[in-house]
Amino acid sequence: MNTFDDDVMAMPAATVPRSAADVKLPIYMDNHATTPVDPRVLEAMMPYFTGIFGNAASRNHSFGWEAERAVEGAREQIAKLIGATAKEIIFTSGATESNNLALKGVAEMYRERGNHIITQVTEHKAVLDTCKRLEKAGYRVTYLPVKADGIIDLEDLKRAMDDKTILVSIMFANNEIGVIQPITEIGKLCREHGVIFHTDAVQAAGKIPVDVNAMNIDVLSLSGHKIYGPKGVGALYVRRRNPRVQISEQINGGGHERGMRSGTLNVPGIVGLGKACEIAREEMASEAARLSKLRDKLKAKLESSLDYLHVNGSMEHRLPNNLNVSFVYVEGESLLMGINDVAVSSGSACTSATLEPSYVLKALGLGDDVAHSSIRFGLGRFNTEAEVDYVADKVIDIVKKLRELSPLYEMVKEGIDISKIEWQAH
Amino acid sequence: MAYSDKVIDHYNNPRNVGQMDKNSDSVGTGLVGAPECGDVMRLQIRVNPETQVIEEAKFKTFGCGSAIASSSLATEWVKGKTVSEAMEIKNTDIVKELALPPVKIHCSVLAEDAIRAAIGDWKKKNGVGETAATAAAVAAK
Repeated sequence: MNTFDDDVMAMPAATVPRSAADVKLPIYMDNHATTPVDPRVLEAMMPYFTGIFGNAASRNHSFGWEAERAVEGAREQIAKLIGATAKEIIFTSGATESNNLALKGVAEMYRERGNHIITQVTEHKAVLDTCKRLEKAGYRVTYLPVKADGIIDLEDLKRAMDDKTILVSIMFANNEIGVIQPITEIGKLCREHGVIFHTDAVQAAGKIPVDVNAMNIDVLSLSGHKIYGPKGVGALYVRRRNPRVQISEQINGGGHERGMRSGTLNVPGIVGLGKACEIAREEMASEAARLSKLRDKLKAKLESSLDYLHVNGSMEHRLPNNLNVSFVYVEGESLLMGINDVAVSSGSACTSATLEPSYVLKALGLGDDVAHSSIRFGLGRFNTEAEVDYVADKVIDIVKKLRELSPLYEMVKEGIDISKIEWQAH
Repeated sequence: MAYSDKVIDHYNNPRNVGQMDKNSDSVGTGLVGAPECGDVMRLQIRVNPETQVIEEAKFKTFGCGSAIASSSLATEWVKGKTVSEAMEIKNTDIVKELALPPVKIHCSVLAEDAIRAAIGDWKKKNGVGETAATAAAVAAK
């Protein structure tokens, strides 16, 4: 052996699989589901569990005053993130409650004016199921379709509005495909028609710019745990002027939050939500740039090594941290099984409680087979480039292996049109 | 979801992956399931015309880990059995062997269907009637 020629012994760098030594496993890349609490957020919260434990509603001692001061500080931080004023922020237990309160609260309050609500098909279940409940209570709900890119057609929205329309609820960005709806245009239409506009901004707030005034948003839901804050705390923005929006309370009790949401305030959680909003606002521009670069790298690596990839939803109008791809002819759950040291989600029925493939992907007009093959990558603040490289290599490796096993991939490669086969659905 | 060790083993080391010439008289092919349901299995057997023993089995599966494991196991089990013995394999045996949870029982059903479809295809090609098969099954008992 030529002892001088050590390089010959080494594998070319490009083909050396990245070892787990580069990254700490398992890798979390499911940041649309939830995010870890940022250490800076936790640090801000800690004093409010023990030392400053007062009830923010206690008006006659310093324990209460200190807690109230912390809550009001958080209200300011949240308001600032979305261009609102502090008095317009109501604390809730999370976005599901915020969405329930927004829809039911507006529907009840404006029942005299009309009974028609407009939403769209790829909303979160917290909105869709609340709408179903309102339908049972006698409201009329229009569910707008989305185009193949996941975005609603503004003409559909215009057509759906009538003199009984009281509320439009359209999400800011989708939790599965990250697609951003034309919020400014929707807000403008709603304002012109005198209709209240609610948006579920859980995935958007803190990730991309949100301005309730510039966008004519009247009611907005956000959540702590999607933005590196704690679970169990969220907020609802309710516009106070131009126009003043009122909502009827859904939880009765001590009249907290100006009567709109009773219940002792979760002071540590609220402090955490406030801090999370502050950090998100300060770091938004640089973080969005970093994440979209990582996301684009992930996409480019997958596309360079694999055929039959289908990106689900618009790439142009999309959150910087989202990639949703179908690895056609590979079933999603089997892919997740192979990349078990990477936490991502699939739209496959096999991974859902209902055994139905993702309704969001189906709404894009995707066949069930393509929906079954989808993986959602949700990049976050703590993901690194080394992790993206590891995940890409791992996914490529497993997809290739599973396609070796896939009769569909083999048939397609042999030129067989599998859509012409008479499959026996079971 | 937690997978049993046996499911993981079949997923990591699937047995008898591949395809055989589906036009060959000695090969029976079963293609079951549907892409829109999230699982498609193709199971093939090569049968010795003299002894009716399944000498070779191959599969390819599009589906979850349990579907892959069920079909991989099915190829292992049919090999060396006569056609009528293979017909005796029940989905419940697969469920038991792989410790499949209730939500994955349909994977085992599909594997049983695949075995039966492959045998049915072979019988059709070779003019082996149901009566003869039943007789063979009875004789085997």
